[in-house]
Amino acid sequence: MKSSNKKWWAMWTVSTLLLIGYYAYAMTNGDESNFLPGPSSHGHYQIELACDTCHGEAFAGPEIMQKACVGCHSEELERVEDSHPRKKFTDPRNVDQLEQLDARYCVTCHNEHRIEITDETGVTLPSDFCLLCHQDIAEDRESHRDLEFNTCANSGCHNYHDNKALYEDFLVKHADEEATNGHAVLPERNLAAFINAISDRPLSSLMASDADMPNTVTQDDIVILSWSASAHARNGINCSACHMSSYVADDRWNKSPSEAVCKECHAKEQEGFLASRHGMRTAQEMSAMSPSFARLAMKQKSHEQSLSCHSCHDSHRYNTVEAAVEACIGCHDDKHTLAYKASPHYQLWQQELAGTLPEGSGVSCSSCHLPREIIRERGHQRTAVQHNQNDFLRPNEKMIRPVCLKCHGLGFTFNALADEALIEKNFTGKPEKTVASIEMALKRERTDKKKAN
Amino acid sequence: MKHIKTQLAVIGLAGISMALVGCNEEKTTAAAAPASVSPQKMADALFTVMEADRATYTQKVLKRLVKEEKLIKASEHWKDDKALPLPAQMFRMASERAAENSSDFSYSLISAWPINKQNEPKTAAEKEGVKFIEDNPGKRFYKEEKLGGTTYFTAIYPDVAVSSACSSCHNDHKDSPKTDFKVGDTMGGVVIRIPL
Repeated sequence: MKSSNKKWWAMWTVSTLLLIGYYAYAMTNGDESNFLPGPSSHGHYQIELACDTCHGEAFAGPEIMQKACVGCHSEELERVEDSHPRKKFTDPRNVDQLEQLDARYCVTCHNEHRIEITDETGVTLPSDFCLLCHQDIAEDRESHRDLEFNTCANSGCHNYHDNKALYEDFLVKHADEEATNGHAVLPERNLAAFINAISDRPLSSLMASDADMPNTVTQDDIVILSWSASAHARNGINCSACHMSSYVADDRWNKSPSEAVCKECHAKEQEGFLASRHGMRTAQEMSAMSPSFARLAMKQKSHEQSLSCHSCHDSHRYNTVEAAVEACIGCHDDKHTLAYKASPHYQLWQQELAGTLPEGSGVSCSSCHLPREIIRERGHQRTAVQHNQNDFLRPNEKMIRPVCLKCHGLGFTFNALADEALIEKNFTGKPEKTVASIEMALKRERTDKKKAN
Repeated sequence: MKHIKTQLAVIGLAGISMALVGCNEEKTTAAAAPASVSPQKMADALFTVMEADRATYTQKVLKRLVKEEKLIKASEHWKDDKALPLPAQMFRMASERAAENSSDFSYSLISAWPINKQNEPKTAAEKEGVKFIEDNPGKRFYKEEKLGGTTYFTAIYPDVAVSSACSSCHNDHKDSPKTDFKVGDTMGGVVIRIPL
């Protein structure tokens, strides 16, 4: 062997060993960022270093990844009555269609680590993908003849998963609604009544003098004052309920109870938080989300924060009025947020706080982004605040039924949600876009009736 | 030696009597392998269950509560309208549920005049079968077909308008391409596929 060849072999061996050593070190030290094939989408980037969450432990095949997708997203898909569920595509008669678009797997449309082609709804296919299966739509719908395939998913038209507010009969049913129902109010929060209904020890209101911390604990007057003005004191939740919770095995005084204690009464809310952009890192046992890590604009002063129940609900006071607006504005710094205090929604919120409008008439950040839901729990109905804002975010037609229609008519909602400039102004002004879907449905209804007669 | 022979005879007799006592179970296990059910028999049996379930729902639940007692409506948008699902929807929901739980067979409803265009005959066997059941009322269609590299035993059974509710609902639906169905008409077919 020539000596120059030997030199090259030696260099190759050394560089290979160095590379192996580098990656082995990275892997064993928990820094898996080297293995990322590319930046992740806005939906997953927070947990992109928890590789196993999606890929499974041994980087298993597509079925394991599908299971991971479903593990986090199935509840939402079920709630919105997914129009294209996997179960509709496993029938062998669809095999030709699957060659075009394998709708059995989420990753066909949501291909992760491809940020350069990922749209704001997390889709990585060209926007005219509906064409692959519905190319002959114009034959059935004259109204669709001149429409381009990249407009199918425009706000107020169609959505691949959630068409609950978009199906034709729904459009017809809601066609004549006013822009705003001036008397609308949100469902009243009633957790205390619910707890009383399921508990054998009815809770009664407490005062500062009722605080039941042990003598061994130093009293802090500000803390006691804060607590005595809180919904906790009003509804009989004493110091011991959190600080000496039976959840903590030995019932000793715990100065800083963990959030597992919150879950005892607020399980549904915590479940939503852990599924949300705010809590998804905590759910993966990673360090908590911080505004400094956000891709949206956040206020500089908030960068040091890390998110937990207490970042929005200050301990002892647990002021839900502050949590509903000021907590959000404390961090978020985008145009929509900054425009809120000049919006008609905020005016209503202020009027509610001033008592000139009934409770539930105001529109806070959380009225829309963490909406109230009526749920059934332990055989009783209660109002819960859905803390997973992702369920009502993008595409924005996800908000139509659970949020907008609570106070607005369908036509106005479509137009407003299609008007990006109006959204940026936090709905100050009137929609300047007109979505044709209701008119199309009405027209078809009229022609159909003529046919029937 | 004799003693050993006696012992063996006793053991032998005991074995035979044990076999006789457990003969029912033995028979089942032994018979299962050679006399396996043919794909056609399996498909026919599945269809019998599907048809029976749908007829029971239609007559004992829907007809009674909607038409006779007028307690509740049946609606295509049954969730929003807080109503009962239509029989065809019950059928499809069950078919999707079965598909989630088993890949040993699949079934669906197809028609040459579907309300949802995705349910018109797609494969060559479906096209041939739907034509066959329309042209030969009451007859069933069986064929093997290859889809995506797998061979299936495909059976298509006529889906007949058993009551005026079936025909009128389809005739009045704005997405229905046919508006003159009558009771007794073959409106489409139930397709059952078994991978071979």
